[in-house]
Amino acid sequence: MQPDQNAFEQFSCPLPLTHNESIVIGHGSGGRMTHDLVKKVFYKHFSNPVLDAGNDFARVSSGQTSRGKGKIVLSTDCHIISPLFFPGGDIGRLAVCGTVNDVAMSGAQPLYITAGFIIEEGFSIEMLEKVVSSMSGAAQEANVLIVAGDTKVVEKGNADSLFITTTGIGWLEHDLDIAGDRAAPGDVVLISGTIGDHGVAVLTARNELGIETTVQSDVAPLNGMIDHLLQAAPHTHVLRDPTRGGLATTLNEIAAQSKVAIWIDEETVPILPEVRSVCELLGFDPLYMANEGKLVAIVPPEEADNALNAMRQHPYGKMAMRIGAVQPTPQNRVMAHTTSGATRILDMLSGEMLPRIC
Amino acid sequence: MRYTSEFRDKTLIQGILKEIRRTVSQRWVIMEICGGQTHAILRYGLDQLLPPEVELVHGPGCPVCVTPLELVDKAISIATLPEVIFTSYGDMLRVPGSSQDLFSARGAGAQVKVVYSPLDAVEIAKNNPDKQVVFFAIGFETTAPANVSSVLQAKALGIKNYSILSSMVRVPPAMHAILGAPHNRVQGFLAAGHVCTVMGYWEYPPIAEQYHVPITVTGFEPLDLLQGIYMTLQQLEAGQYQTQNAYTRAVTYEGNRSAQALITQTLEPCDRQWRGIGLIPMSGWKLREEYRDFDAEHRFRVSHIQTKESEVCISGLILQGIKKPNQCPAFRTLCTPENPLGATMVSSEGACSAYFRYSRDQEDIQDHATRSERF
Repeated sequence: MQPDQNAFEQFSCPLPLTHNESIVIGHGSGGRMTHDLVKKVFYKHFSNPVLDAGNDFARVSSGQTSRGKGKIVLSTDCHIISPLFFPGGDIGRLAVCGTVNDVAMSGAQPLYITAGFIIEEGFSIEMLEKVVSSMSGAAQEANVLIVAGDTKVVEKGNADSLFITTTGIGWLEHDLDIAGDRAAPGDVVLISGTIGDHGVAVLTARNELGIETTVQSDVAPLNGMIDHLLQAAPHTHVLRDPTRGGLATTLNEIAAQSKVAIWIDEETVPILPEVRSVCELLGFDPLYMANEGKLVAIVPPEEADNALNAMRQHPYGKMAMRIGAVQPTPQNRVMAHTTSGATRILDMLSGEMLPRIC
Repeated sequence: MRYTSEFRDKTLIQGILKEIRRTVSQRWVIMEICGGQTHAILRYGLDQLLPPEVELVHGPGCPVCVTPLELVDKAISIATLPEVIFTSYGDMLRVPGSSQDLFSARGAGAQVKVVYSPLDAVEIAKNNPDKQVVFFAIGFETTAPANVSSVLQAKALGIKNYSILSSMVRVPPAMHAILGAPHNRVQGFLAAGHVCTVMGYWEYPPIAEQYHVPITVTGFEPLDLLQGIYMTLQQLEAGQYQTQNAYTRAVTYEGNRSAQALITQTLEPCDRQWRGIGLIPMSGWKLREEYRDFDAEHRFRVSHIQTKESEVCISGLILQGIKKPNQCPAFRTLCTPENPLGATMVSSEGACSAYFRYSRDQEDIQDHATRSERF
């Protein structure tokens, strides 16, 4: 029997189209289409015993055996980015690494990730699968499991193609107290590599500026490097990843939380020549450009060399540099020794970063 | 990096500073016209490195800063029309009008887009024939050729749904206004390198002659700026008032003739309001009669909008070099980059924003700079 005869002869309501190519509202209905999508795209890539149990929750072991010790560390992050795929990464890798890094900055070992997807009607399933596969790769690299998730579909025009929210859980086994308020005068400020790569890669990938570069986003999970770092410098005071707002904004947050001054030497901050050129051209300051695979470490002076060496031995920290020191004054501020030998204040980024006119 | 790192060389900077210290025998007030120069000066802390006798005051050379409140209100009024897609350089979106800015207009549903070039706005017009696309054409002589080429492009392509809201201004009349003001303190000028790249510097010798002030065409890197300051000081000390060029790698006496031809073809001088300063005769440009169809003020009938400037904000005095940003009672209290009262705090090129970002208040920095050791 020919398929078209079958359709004609049988007495039935028309079934919804299977929509194997693009997302439609039905994919977010919670019904069969949702289940199919979850199975064909998400389970396929994220499969592990916890997720495969198929519950609305994820039941996991806490990762520790000794009694009374250790702490759970949690973090959540929403990811929206245009374009979804950019040189060096994509929204999927970003969504995993961003949350892994936030958890890891406490010194904890990230263990599990949950992911929420908001998908615009019409979004290609092939693209979705690319994103999900990239998430899976990043999760493997970071040694975390993606254990729960949710998908909603919104009508065309109500979201920009794909938003991903991830939550991460980690286990802090040691009695480490790594936090933004612990920077102390005398501490040394380290950066794990070149800054501004992600910001410039994404900006130029938008093709609005008529500039082409070979700059790749640095998006990467940093928990492996942090392990190395903490073995070498167990008394590390602060770890933070300078994402949106860039290095200058992150240092300002730390200076304010710790009520200290952070003095940096501008010449020592590693910046790729290409990143520097793009910023010069557009009137941006690399110190304010986003990073997704870098961290600032503030460590006591006696552990600084060890910390620096440990980072440099890791693939994501080869270009690590000592960039400054913590001082008592001027409290709550970040100061820079400029290349011309003067000093200036590095303020927080306020509002949107806008290209200069002339 | 070539063409920048050489001009930031610390040894050369120290060398020229030594020459400057040797040259200066008394107090001098020099104005840098351009906002880009104000930023570079504060970004590299050059004002701290100069001898105390040399005072730099920051001129009105930021196109965002000098765009009058009234025009921002007109922009918002046009942007909120349902048939309009309003396009602008990014900086302009945050400039407060009398009740809101273009960002909040966008939040309320207006179609406002940031473009990096006016030609992008023409492209938007081409792709949206059922919409009126308006470009906020602000700028000095540097930006004017690009602004008007968008009009020529639209005309050539027969695009009828494109127009510009013009706030284009000229440097020489502003210099006349500053030098001719009764409380003028400016004794020497650093002319804006970018403006002169387009216009050359043939317009400046008569100004130098008339007011007996030396004028030096100056670039934007630390060494460029110090060279411009040095040449100006040499003239001041010698009692001379010539127009000199310290930015020879970019500027010629004649300037860019084809760009000037574009301007002459499409624009004619007109009186223009400058935010905080007031009306400066023949200081602006408007589209010539034959291009009037591309004038958004003409197309959208917004001439009834008339707005008074803020009474607290002293941006006018700052733009004329009479006061410094940190002498304003609202500086850093009522007025911050997040909540700007005047445009000098909004634009990244504005003097108040530059002070906020790089130096806050001078005493504070010097106090701590001397105490802090380099590592």
